[in-house]
Amino acid sequence: MTDATASTNVQAPRPPRNQWWDVWDQFKTHKGAMAGLIFFVFIVAAVYLGPYVWTLDPTYIDIRARNSGPSLAHPFGADQLGRDILARMLQGGQVSISVGLTAMGLSLVLGTFVGVLAGYWKRLDGLLMRLTDLFLALPLLPLLLVIIMLFRDPLRAMFGLETGIFILIVFVIGITSWMQTARIVRGDVLALKEREYVLAARSIGTPSQRVVMRHILPNIMSPIMVSATLGIANAIITESALSFLGLGFPPDYPTWGRLLFDAKDMIQQYPERVIWPGLAISLTVLAVNYIGDGLRDALDPRIRGR
Amino acid sequence: MLDDTKSNKVLVEVKDLKMHFPIHAGIFKKRVGEVKAVDGISFDIYEGETLGLVGESGCGKSTAGRAILRLYDITEGSVKIDGVEIGDTPQPNLRKMRPTMQMVFQDPQASLNPRMSVAAIIGEPLNEHSDMSKAEKREKVLSLMDQVGLNRDFANRYPHEFSGGQRQRIGIARALALNPKFIVCDEPIAALDVSIQAQVVNLLEDLQEEFGLTYLFISHDLSMVRHIADRVAVMYLGRVVELASRETLFSDPKHPYTQALLSAVPEPDPWLEEKVDRILLEGDVPSPSNPPKGCNFCTRCPQVMEICKTEEPPTVEIAPGHIAACHLYS
Repeated sequence: MTDATASTNVQAPRPPRNQWWDVWDQFKTHKGAMAGLIFFVFIVAAVYLGPYVWTLDPTYIDIRARNSGPSLAHPFGADQLGRDILARMLQGGQVSISVGLTAMGLSLVLGTFVGVLAGYWKRLDGLLMRLTDLFLALPLLPLLLVIIMLFRDPLRAMFGLETGIFILIVFVIGITSWMQTARIVRGDVLALKEREYVLAARSIGTPSQRVVMRHILPNIMSPIMVSATLGIANAIITESALSFLGLGFPPDYPTWGRLLFDAKDMIQQYPERVIWPGLAISLTVLAVNYIGDGLRDALDPRIRGR
Repeated sequence: MLDDTKSNKVLVEVKDLKMHFPIHAGIFKKRVGEVKAVDGISFDIYEGETLGLVGESGCGKSTAGRAILRLYDITEGSVKIDGVEIGDTPQPNLRKMRPTMQMVFQDPQASLNPRMSVAAIIGEPLNEHSDMSKAEKREKVLSLMDQVGLNRDFANRYPHEFSGGQRQRIGIARALALNPKFIVCDEPIAALDVSIQAQVVNLLEDLQEEFGLTYLFISHDLSMVRHIADRVAVMYLGRVVELASRETLFSDPKHPYTQALLSAVPEPDPWLEEKVDRILLEGDVPSPSNPPKGCNFCTRCPQVMEICKTEEPPTVEIAPGHIAACHLYS
């Protein structure tokens, strides 16, 4: 049976269609989101598969090529020690993108969790929101210093040098950036829980946790999605700042943020060294923003199909 | 005609139901008073009948409906549904009672989750209270859609794609899903066009006949209540002032407030309309947080006496099945 006959023939109800197909159909119509998705897939593929194609070691020092411009041997040029910038960009991208995504994920989960608890259960509201205020009021830099001083060495010993630092950085960024999400989510939950469909769910006897999962969370998707996409950008930039302060990854370990900060001293002589990592960060953030935008539209049935 | 569907079994028994909402003010959120939205109402609803609950805006009709279903934690009083006392049951224990009592909401737009398809909305009660397989659930949802007159083909659509009347049908189908005995209809037609109102009310009547449902029909539309209800209770400022069978109440209202309310019903015939003798009430409804001493209606009553301002009127049975709370009859 085709769609045409199904719509004319009342007796044959269409089989239930998985709603994710509708979401995908709508997502495809958002040009910016599709462009963003293609670019993001390209970047992810490049940084994870690229090192197998461009096999130069990012820490290999070719002293004769130092400060050289683009050439066949070094397409993006080489830095002040003669390390290949393309190879460093590829490896740096792995770290930056995974830190960005994981830290965003952590802060999102934490923020949504706190926001929903505070908004839905009145008893927890005061306590959790004061906790949020407390985190907002903490001076971040001294806090980060203390956390890293305390936990860097135990984590390194436990998970190895790079994984230890990765976990630490993700954790630090995650727990210092969930507060905005929590506030936004709480506000929306407060408004939504007075809606009649939530009351209807309660009159059916749906327990609170399922009311939250079924009725509240899907309806606060838009603000969560917006803070998620902004969160990735924030996480990448915070990681750069931490590396710059010497609190993040070790100095010879490339990330996009570190490449940017290493190059900024010589921005007048070699502007391209700032431009490459800068462009990578901004385009990734832009792509993620567009994907978030498209996803938010696609998940809303009221906009879908327009 | 209606008598043969009615039995003498009391399905819902409400006694001295009070629902007070606290008012908090000041820096320390001290409790400074309470809104007495429902202040001691009592009535019985017999199995298979429709009890109309009427009154002006803000008199506590909707709160009463919700309090009876225990969507609020009531302040005082007892509610018995199908012989089970639910007035002081804690919320988690109410879950197994929920299938017996359901609600149809006023605003069909707001009472349906915009992110769920119609099948998911109607199927939610089944997910919660039955262990049917996916296919059985689907079949039940489709048959419910048939019963309320919705095209089966609409099952995968979303609420915003429907008209107000169709949305209300979705809400009714959801309420019917668990084969309830008692449905509170909280102004189910107030947000609809007049032409659609008739369809929805007729649907409710058909369903009542088919499944032997009992309704508490909350409305401010007196003509509609006259059409659907078997007995009518009139509320004013959180109290039931008069309760009688439909015929008695509309032909021989006793309480001055009921008389004023009924005289406000528009008369379709313009010749008669000119001759209608309306009772105009002066002033506004007093605040439910600070009701007057004595009878709640004493500030606006055209037949007010001295005793009304000091003493609360008792509820008396004037004639069998006709009760009123007024000093004129005590």
